[in-house]
Amino acid sequence: MDRLFELGPDFWTAAFETLYMVALTLLIGGAIGLVLGIVLYASRAGGLMPNPIVYNVLNVVINFFRPIPFIIFIAAVQPLARYVIGIGIGNDAMIFSLSIAASFAISRIVEQNLVTVSPGVIEAARAMGAGPVRILRTVVIPEALGPLILGYTFIVVAIVDMTAMAGFIGGGGLGNFALVYGYRQFEPAITWAALLLIVVFVQALQFLGNWLARKVMRR
Amino acid sequence: MALVALKNVTKAYPPQGRDGAEIVAVDDVTLDIEPGDVYGIIGYSGAGKSTLLRLVNALEPATAGSIEIDGREIVGLPERELRGIRLGIGMIFQQFNLFGAKTVAGNIAYPLKVAGWSKAEIEPRVAELLEFVGLAEKAKAFPDQLSGGQKQRVGIARALATSPRLLLADEATSALDPDTTQEVLELLKRVNREFGVTIIVITHEMDVIQSIATKVAVMDGGRVIENGEVFDVFSRPRNASSQRFVATVVKGVPSPAELAVLRERHEGRIVTISFRDSDASQAQVFVELANAGLDFELVYGGINDIQGRAFGHLTLAIRGADASIDSVLASIASRAEVTEAR
Repeated sequence: MDRLFELGPDFWTAAFETLYMVALTLLIGGAIGLVLGIVLYASRAGGLMPNPIVYNVLNVVINFFRPIPFIIFIAAVQPLARYVIGIGIGNDAMIFSLSIAASFAISRIVEQNLVTVSPGVIEAARAMGAGPVRILRTVVIPEALGPLILGYTFIVVAIVDMTAMAGFIGGGGLGNFALVYGYRQFEPAITWAALLLIVVFVQALQFLGNWLARKVMRR
Repeated sequence: MALVALKNVTKAYPPQGRDGAEIVAVDDVTLDIEPGDVYGIIGYSGAGKSTLLRLVNALEPATAGSIEIDGREIVGLPERELRGIRLGIGMIFQQFNLFGAKTVAGNIAYPLKVAGWSKAEIEPRVAELLEFVGLAEKAKAFPDQLSGGQKQRVGIARALATSPRLLLADEATSALDPDTTQEVLELLKRVNREFGVTIIVITHEMDVIQSIATKVAVMDGGRVIENGEVFDVFSRPRNASSQRFVATVVKGVPSPAELAVLRERHEGRIVTISFRDSDASQAQVFVELANAGLDFELVYGGINDIQGRAFGHLTLAIRGADASIDSVLASIASRAEVTEAR
């Protein structure tokens, strides 16, 4: 316990680093994933703008990268991170790899939620003379907004999980803190402190997501 | 000039799988819909009526033939131009298809936004439409807070927002209970009468046709097998499929099974007399039977009213001397259709 108080400032720095990585990953990966998901949804056969080439290429790329375990994925894209960010380790490099991995996962979640929008309301919008881009923007996304928020909440929790893993391979944050000061130095109290704070983060994010989704869906 | 003129219109879907055959949903349909008509299209599910309706506003492209809307050919037009055509055609649906994330007012405003109206123009128009369908107090409600009938009224207001000349109704009352169905049909009648909107109604319910349509087409297997004035089709259906539909609302000639029951319960000769409005009036027939001293009773049938014209089939059990029955029936037969069950 004394050791934990000694490391107090480092602990809070690690907590801040985790939040920083999660927030930026959500911002970058969330935006790219949203675009990819919408393109997947719109280009699928029978979609608003069917395009088999775009759909199949994207589908194969996402299916290729998505199942790769994240810890191996970080190692694999490290050269690319070095090329783009200028450095292969550290939080910014981690945000780069995290964002790529998260956008693939998010694109699937976005696609899955958009396909649940009733074909009937899309047909109604078409019958009113609306074009595909307008329908995506003013019908499909608003109709799927509640489930989309829940999907993003699910992903944020997964991103918190991924940042902890990033601590193992050159990133900072609570995962790294728990490993370096807790696990490797036989201080279970420190491991548990990091773990508990992660649980608090996850709970808070989940609560926020549920609350937002409920507000949007009005139930 | 017809508002909608369909000439030899066909819609075929490409074969599914390698050995599949082409699916012809609409097969060589020719139909003229005049301004002001309430045109009913009836048929069993799978008859192609929903597809036919979607060809009219080009939600589905026709594979062959010509479709003219107000004199303008729409087959082969690029999607961008079709959007402009669709702005002038309203559509309502069986499942209402309201936008769940938008309020009632937001739903009605949507087509106006698509049409490029300004906010200042949209607001009074939405209020006017809500007033017309009697939902002024529901402007801020969401669709899931409305009953089925209210949802369809919002659907109608939304479809009429841009003041289209043509309204397409796709099984618009099939998801509603009988009372609500009548309420929605009354509203559609008002739309036709007050705004002069031409309406095409797709349905599998003959009583919907009976209560609002002026003309009707019967579809079967993608083809229109019979069409014309509702009165003519109802009072003298030529086709077996039309006869089955008519029988769902018009109690006509008893079936062999019903005839057997009638014979058991009633003595005398069973005779069906079919009336159409210009034919002999019922009163004359009854007077003739009474004057001949015959004893008779009404055992089956009914008289229907379609847009103020009456028709129907009455089955009588007549008792008396065979010779006098024959002579009276011969006299009636010169003015109304008489069929005697043997």
